Amino acid sequence: MSSIGAQMPYVLTLFLFCLGVYGMLVKRNVIKIIIGMVIAEYAVNLFFVLAAFKFGGRSPIFSTTDKELLAANMVDPLPHALVLTAIVIGLATTALFVAIAMRLYEKYGTFDIAEIRELRG
Amino acid sequence: MVAIYILLVLMIIGAFIALEVKDLLSAVVAVGIVGLALSLLCLILKAPDVAITQFIVEIIALIILIRATLKMDLPLSISNHRVFTGLAALLFAAAVLFVAVFGGAFGNLPAFGAPEMRVAQTYLGDGATKTGAINVVAGILLDYRAYDTLGEATVLFTAVIGVLAVVRRVGRKEADATPGRDNE
Amino acid sequence: MSKEHEKGMSLIVKKVTCLTVGLILLYGIYIVLHGHVSPGGGFAGGVIIALSFIHLMLAFGKEAAMKRLSESKASLFEGLGAVSFLAIALLGFTGGYFFKNVAAKGDPGALFSAGIIPLCNIAICLKVGAGLFGVFVALVLLKFDTEKK
Repeated sequence: MSSIGAQMPYVLTLFLFCLGVYGMLVKRNVIKIIIGMVIAEYAVNLFFVLAAFKFGGRSPIFSTTDKELLAANMVDPLPHALVLTAIVIGLATTALFVAIAMRLYEKYGTFDIAEIRELRG
Repeated sequence: MVAIYILLVLMIIGAFIALEVKDLLSAVVAVGIVGLALSLLCLILKAPDVAITQFIVEIIALIILIRATLKMDLPLSISNHRVFTGLAALLFAAAVLFVAVFGGAFGNLPAFGAPEMRVAQTYLGDGATKTGAINVVAGILLDYRAYDTLGEATVLFTAVIGVLAVVRRVGRKEADATPGRDNE
Repeated sequence: MSKEHEKGMSLIVKKVTCLTVGLILLYGIYIVLHGHVSPGGGFAGGVIIALSFIHLMLAFGKEAAMKRLSESKASLFEGLGAVSFLAIALLGFTGGYFFKNVAAKGDPGALFSAGIIPLCNIAICLKVGAGLFGVFVALVLLKFDTEKK
């Protein structure tokens, strides 16, 4: 279909997602885990917006003054609507995660999940 | 096109710095850089709705994250290498990149910059006349796909209730609290 | 943390906040009301309105912001926004099906156009703005035993 060189933005976005997953799996500090989740979420939203782009397109808002400029050349508006929903939901989950992290700090006195696991029992 | 690549590389460098630096406040600032570069990139990719929302939401996420890291009496984050999960993460990344690049996943996507737009042709064609809104994204969000917006409003409501439930202290009366005992 | 939050920040920050916080609130209301004509919509506008109240709280301390929007009023607004969004959706039953766009559609580009879309934007703005302000108040004012030294 198309060569890898033309799909390079997608490859870079996938690399950003893998960085976020690395942050979630390997790091021991709870704040670094939250940062990894935030980076992975940014990468997924970026992938949708990249998939909607059209070379030489315009943003999907009709113009009232120039009536001939109709839907000829607009970028795809459907992924924009999906990404708007996803961004706000990502904020909600980040806030919930930070609240849980602050409760963990209050109860155990540390952000290090290896120590928290040892303190149990 | 060059601007897209420059901003993508800036995001990757920012993400790497955010994950590896030891001071937590610097890590949060680096996440702010990643979000700002994402918002600029959305502006270049002709998506103004997404750019405005991403910028504003990222400011609130930064405020909440700074609240979590600033006033805690924390040592700097410990350098850590848990060998097994490091290997698992590396294997995951290698497998995903291999399948995507060589297994044909990216080859089967439509080429970057030429989307197929089969459903969007209907939305763009009579979006302005049927919904009456000249902002097609707002018309899609609140008229064609209003169920998704209802679902998102519900998720936001549930998350706010969840935060208030986690933060609230349960069952601790001022009069008969013995020090050191945790009533839950 | 709680003591600093009762005092607010320095004098320069307070003077600048006096000038800018009204403009930020007005900008948020503008983005919500013009959601169907220019980019933005209910979510971005709601978050900007929440940010203006957060700005007030960070600069002047807890009391000044709570006097204008206390916690009970914030939760009232959030519930009101959610219920009115559902009520607008149920109004679609009068036209035919759930969520049908029944109000009059003016000519595209005017402020009073696009049926129920501006009303839905206002409902979402109330919900998101009040909810995020409530989340911020809960997270910032959480008193820790380890911090009260």
